[in-house]
Amino acid sequence: MKTAIIQFPGLNRDYDMTTALKKITGYLPYKIWQTETTLPDVDMIVIPGGFSYGDYLRCGAIAARQPVIQAIRKKAEKGVMVLGVCNGFQILLESGLLPGTLMRNISLKFVCRKVKLEVANADTAFSRSYSPGQIIRCPVAHHDGNYFTDKKTLEQLEDNGQVVFRYAKGDNPNGSIHDIAGIINKRGNILGMMPHPENLIEPAHGGIDGRFLFTSALGIAS
Amino acid sequence: MSISDHFAVNEELIFAHGLQSDEYQRIIDLIRREPTLTELGIFSAMWNEHCSYKSSKKWLKIMPTEGNYVIQGPGENAGVVDIGNGNCVVFKMESHNHPSFIEPYQGAATGVGGILRDIFTMGARPVAVMNSLRLGMPNHPRTRHLISNVVAGIGNYSNAFGVPTVGGEVNFEKCYNDNILVNTFAAGIARTDSIFFSKAEGIGLPVVYLGAQTGRDGIGGAMMASEEFDDENKKKRPTVQIGDPFTEKCLLEACLELMSIGAVVSIQDMGAAGLTCSAVEMGAKGDLGIELNLDRVPLRETNMTPYEIMLSESQERMLIILRTEKEKQAKIIFHKWGLNFSIIGKTTDDLRFRILHQGEEVANLPIKKLGDEAPEYERPWVAPVKPISIDAKHIDEVKDLGVALLKILNSADHSSKRWIYEQYDTIIQGNTLVHPGGNAGVIRIEGNGNQALAFSSDVTPRYCQADPYEGGKQAVAECWRNITTSGAMPLAATDSLNFGNPEKPEIMGQLVFAIKGIADACRALDFPIVSGNVSLYNETNGKSIPPTPTIAGVGLISNWMNMATIDNLKEGDSLLLVGGDGTHLGQSIYLRDILGKSEGTPPRVNLAVEKRNGNFIREHIESGYICACNDISDGGLALSLAEMVIKSGYGATIELSSGLRHAILYGEDQARYIIAVDKNRIKTILKKAEDIAIPARFLGLVGGKTLSIKDCFTLTVMEMIDAYESWFPNYMK
Repeated sequence: MKTAIIQFPGLNRDYDMTTALKKITGYLPYKIWQTETTLPDVDMIVIPGGFSYGDYLRCGAIAARQPVIQAIRKKAEKGVMVLGVCNGFQILLESGLLPGTLMRNISLKFVCRKVKLEVANADTAFSRSYSPGQIIRCPVAHHDGNYFTDKKTLEQLEDNGQVVFRYAKGDNPNGSIHDIAGIINKRGNILGMMPHPENLIEPAHGGIDGRFLFTSALGIAS
Repeated sequence: MSISDHFAVNEELIFAHGLQSDEYQRIIDLIRREPTLTELGIFSAMWNEHCSYKSSKKWLKIMPTEGNYVIQGPGENAGVVDIGNGNCVVFKMESHNHPSFIEPYQGAATGVGGILRDIFTMGARPVAVMNSLRLGMPNHPRTRHLISNVVAGIGNYSNAFGVPTVGGEVNFEKCYNDNILVNTFAAGIARTDSIFFSKAEGIGLPVVYLGAQTGRDGIGGAMMASEEFDDENKKKRPTVQIGDPFTEKCLLEACLELMSIGAVVSIQDMGAAGLTCSAVEMGAKGDLGIELNLDRVPLRETNMTPYEIMLSESQERMLIILRTEKEKQAKIIFHKWGLNFSIIGKTTDDLRFRILHQGEEVANLPIKKLGDEAPEYERPWVAPVKPISIDAKHIDEVKDLGVALLKILNSADHSSKRWIYEQYDTIIQGNTLVHPGGNAGVIRIEGNGNQALAFSSDVTPRYCQADPYEGGKQAVAECWRNITTSGAMPLAATDSLNFGNPEKPEIMGQLVFAIKGIADACRALDFPIVSGNVSLYNETNGKSIPPTPTIAGVGLISNWMNMATIDNLKEGDSLLLVGGDGTHLGQSIYLRDILGKSEGTPPRVNLAVEKRNGNFIREHIESGYICACNDISDGGLALSLAEMVIKSGYGATIELSSGLRHAILYGEDQARYIIAVDKNRIKTILKKAEDIAIPARFLGLVGGKTLSIKDCFTLTVMEMIDAYESWFPNYMK
């Protein structure tokens, strides 16, 4: 159950993610700086949230062009699981590891609150601890979470069951198309999502709904 | 703009630097010659109100600043308080009023940036922020623009930096129409054995410049904060600094890394008056001279003069005295984070502040005297006129007291602030236990058992306007009380004292009396002031703001599993009123918002009663007897009950005592609480209260879908939520 956390300057939920992984797996994740070109053998690579490079240019755009991305790409090709949360999701999109883009929230404002998510596909490595259609709670905290993609890609995502999480009806905080909150690649080993499961893993957080994503992915009895 | 150093100093120039002619004479007497322009700039920066506290110093000294837990009181970047297990909490509140009125987004953002730097300069990682905002009337043409930009600026900075916003307050009053207040608070946690100070030590050590480059932004910013506003000031945008939270986040990580390898002798952030203030402070505190070579300062713009470099308030910059042998390692750390690292000078043994620029000495001043010899004024003051008190029986009782409650819930000051706090990241770091919208904000101290910290920021400007002494007392008491409602032991506080022009005796009188009130309350409640700031000249076209001494406090919860919250109610719980029935309607929200008057005296705080009642509440929260608790303040019993009902979603059936119903429901008598307890425990609690003569009585039961005040009114929970939640979104539409 080894994990690695990728670090770019400006990320700030690396602490939250590190703590969550430590609490769930029992081990601290490796911390990998953006300039690294090789990665240790791990079960899951995580790109946490934050504001890499201050969100300058476009969210995730500068981070997606750092050396470590090539190393992640290679690992992903070998089937290693990759999770990108919030800015991590934006970086995965900017680096082409997942399709689509994230635009500014429709309110044009940062939004931080707990939302309800529908588990749209419970048949992935990341979501198998949930039941299909289950409604879970999960906090969001972002300025640019409004997912968008062209019609053809959207159809493919839907047809292939690549939409893993959707904002529950009436609870879409950012205007994303088809209420998309998280998508997975076709092969099923790269998940990107806007909500923060790492901030809902213990009673002190007011719930443990997010914990099951990690226990699914890492095959830990939950 | 470029200001040459070869500029004849004349009267106009002296005045433009905010110096009086006798203050200029003082400079001449001190250095026995005319100053250069750079030197004049340095003096004006060091001697303005913002940096020198020349009007308030005499009075600030009467505040209690020491206590059992205090490690560092005022005088450093922030106060430090012991929380046990080798940890301490480092915190401070500061104002950023003038910049935020001129350019609300950047003004508020850099206010957050500045206070965060104060915290991590001391070696603490910031764990919580709060903000206290005072705006003009909602219908004033600028208010909507100001609030949306202030909130966006605060959110943008603290969200990107990665610190949760755990609380705050917002008021709308006419007297802030042309002079809004933005007070920001930050707290961090450090190890007690690795706190860093600004005092320099050692001769010949490198003085290192870290962080962002120096530009022309903010030149004269501290000076602006020491002047009254007039219509001209709105053109002062160039003196507002621009914030970059990304650089600040990198600076935080780099500084903490640098500290952890033992490279730092002393450290000071470049805040107000930039390089000047930070360098002088480090040298003067350590009895050392400082020599700076400005050719080595990383610059963002070309042809900057020494005057501009010394006075720039560009953000995200630090000055440190480095251990020589760690230079190489330090450089690597800073380059990793993409920040500037430049040795710009050294410490000397001659107690001079020497500035070199292109081979020329542009300033050579006695470093200690720059601070020590700053003018200090005993400004004349007059005691505020005491208002006439009014008895509740002479105040009208409106026909429908329920409609009155809905009106208060749907008002600018007392409706939900969700529209604001959902723009702030309140959960980052994963330790927030109580989010904004409750009483005190609470974060757990990860890795320290079940310990948690509670934070609250308070002041009631209308009370302070009516009676600055009682208002000052009340601000402290309410902060202490809010912290107590969570079950925390209040440890210490910080203050941001916002007042008008101290050269006017009646304004100076407000300052003097408010400080006296704060000092008395802090002493009585063992709640010392360990840091803070003073913001004077909050006037526009001669009209002053009401005295607004914001108090922000920190409390310690020993076991958060027993913490009480505003909404932890369940069907069948009993509600008790602790501290007695309401009687006082002078300066109340009922009077202001329902009857449209502002009359009478504010409620008096009996500090001994405050302490006794608070200790009683805390003790019973700690022992697990009380599951929900709310204090009674603005809007009295009615609003406090409504808040518990709205936040929990449970209704309640309440029986009032006999007496004046409007005073019982809306009286703002102090030191009172509503608590929810299990029905099996009512007797025990009431008995215990009786034993120590605390008035306490049964109010009613939790349950149902209405708030029903027997023989008075019934409101559905839904209509209350609707009134409470709809004002802000409708206003911002």
